[in-house]
Amino acid sequence: MEEAKKTPLIRLSKRDAMDPKKVWAIRIGSILVALIIGCIPILITGNNPFKAYVVIIKGSLGTSFYLKQTLKNAIPLLGCALAIAPCFKMRFWNIGGEGQITAGAIFASFFAINFASKLPHVPLLLVMCLAAAIGGALWAAIPGFFKAKYNTNETLFTLMMNYIAIGIISWLQGGPWEGRPGTQQIPLFDKKAVLPSVFGIHIGWIIVLALVVLMHIYMNYTKQGYEIAVIGDSYNTARYAGMNVGWVMVRTMLVSGAICGIVGFILVSGQNKTITSNVANGVGFTAITVAWLGHLNAFAMIIISMILAILTVGSSYLQQVLGVPSAISEIVSGILLFCMLGCEFFINYQLTFRSKVKKEVKA
Amino acid sequence: MNTLIALLAAAGSFGTVLMFGTLGEILTEKSGSLNLGVEGIMYMGGAFGLAGAYAYEAAVGVGASSGIVAILCAILSSFAVGAVAGLLFSFITVTLRANQNVTGLALTIFGTGVAKFAGEYMRHIVGGFVTLSNPLKEAFSFVPFPSFLKNIPFIGPVLFSQPFFFYLAIILAIAMHLFFQKTKTGLYLRAVGESPVTADAAGINMTKYRYIATIIGGGISAVGGMVYVMTTGGCTWNEASLGGIGWLAVALVIFCMWRPLNAIWGAILFGALKIMYLRVLLPFFPTELYKMLPYVVTLIVLVVTSMRNSRDKQPPAALGLNYFREDR
Repeated sequence: MEEAKKTPLIRLSKRDAMDPKKVWAIRIGSILVALIIGCIPILITGNNPFKAYVVIIKGSLGTSFYLKQTLKNAIPLLGCALAIAPCFKMRFWNIGGEGQITAGAIFASFFAINFASKLPHVPLLLVMCLAAAIGGALWAAIPGFFKAKYNTNETLFTLMMNYIAIGIISWLQGGPWEGRPGTQQIPLFDKKAVLPSVFGIHIGWIIVLALVVLMHIYMNYTKQGYEIAVIGDSYNTARYAGMNVGWVMVRTMLVSGAICGIVGFILVSGQNKTITSNVANGVGFTAITVAWLGHLNAFAMIIISMILAILTVGSSYLQQVLGVPSAISEIVSGILLFCMLGCEFFINYQLTFRSKVKKEVKA
Repeated sequence: MNTLIALLAAAGSFGTVLMFGTLGEILTEKSGSLNLGVEGIMYMGGAFGLAGAYAYEAAVGVGASSGIVAILCAILSSFAVGAVAGLLFSFITVTLRANQNVTGLALTIFGTGVAKFAGEYMRHIVGGFVTLSNPLKEAFSFVPFPSFLKNIPFIGPVLFSQPFFFYLAIILAIAMHLFFQKTKTGLYLRAVGESPVTADAAGINMTKYRYIATIIGGGISAVGGMVYVMTTGGCTWNEASLGGIGWLAVALVIFCMWRPLNAIWGAILFGALKIMYLRVLLPFFPTELYKMLPYVVTLIVLVVTSMRNSRDKQPPAALGLNYFREDR
């Protein structure tokens, strides 16, 4: 009896490596668990959760119009998640996607507004894209620099940069770039500053898919990607190996910000055809979910960004049809993240129950 | 001079909100848990605090409601939702050992979602704006001092004319300071945040301390969200107006160097920065850029505090790190 008292009910130990099939089974299982927990708020509103999920699917994939909306929603999410992935891999908590998108959008809009009459179509778009990449990169490099130099808290730094970027657009909207005085709006861009469409959707989707492949190669098959992985796993190992950790941080933020900037360009030039202070519209935050749920794997992020886009677009339809508040999409994506974070525990650690231990001792 | 008095007097009410948010997060971070979900927690506190007071008034009838009970209901319901969020956070980070940064961000996404959902749903049930009756609204801005104190020039409007939550927050800050510095439990808590290995070796139940600190801290932060909705927010739900407050509170923790007493003046200072564009008019300077002031100042504070690397102004050494006894 006494010995049984000494062993705790559950013992923990680290697991070496799990069968990859089992790992993915646990992860997919956790997504299912999250969807089941997501039923609770739907039940509270007095609706049938199963029916609600059907409505969500219908409202996001049911007709070609909704499908296009969903794809348009997924494009910036995927793009921004790709940008965030290397930072998170490095354990650099860049939550400034929002601001970097906005900064890129501002830079692109500057050329769209001032150079539309001076440049032909394709060069104008290229200039806008380049400007956006530079704008986003600069916006991201500032927190990167301070983190590298003084170890300034990057989470808060990148976040404050969001509010500043959004504030600048609010000012431009009501000030220098205002269309008709008093409207507080920037007029629609000239046709020449708008991205062309392929299969009915602006070519942002081609750009983002190309970025998926590039990012996959960058993270897995280049020296720079390797450096990022080493710094993420162990800062000191990277230092002892002679890596210039500070420079790698700044460089990664430059890459990340440039991609966010391009997403901003896609948003103003393809999606909205103008710029408002709401241009990023929470993409920078939702992209964190995408990147983390996709395990920072570029191809997995395609699927995850689609799932989240289905949730977002579908739940606004859900609000129209059943009156369930559309914030349900944020709740469910939060729960998805929690479950995904929690399930890693069962992959990394082994639980041993007391009764099992006893049997082993007897045998 | 008059502008300054008006500014300081008004800064108190927004400062109170920040003070609750910051104090809750200081308590959490002292235990070594970096809960970045404060934004979501304060959102939920706002929505559920309003819901609690509204439900109370709806239950007893508009005429019969008492202000004190309504305030208690609001405090309790917001504290409860924040505590549940803290429990969720500590379960995922302490027990399941997930990354604290990402869990905190998830809590922010989840919390804002829950708050918006609750706010929208309340509107749906009630069929219009959810708000309290006027006597109850006044109860939430109740000033606990007689008018002769309020009328003292300068000191009166600044010190004795704040809503009573302001004084509650200051009492809480002082109590928390005494708790950290003068009690054994406070010492243990700090030990857990500084070095879980040492604390564990000394027989302190590190899991218990982290759980309790995070739960109570979450509750206190949530009360801040409630205070915002019930005072500055005019007792109605407006999901846009709460945005960013929780993050300012997290930044303020760094600014205060993890010291509760610093949170008092720090919160008032940031409260002043936040509303300065309304009180101190600067001609020829665009309002939209003026509104960025608190964020710019936060950036400067972040940079300056990180540059000035003195030994007694450091975060708890184990902040953001999970502890597993078998790790070496």
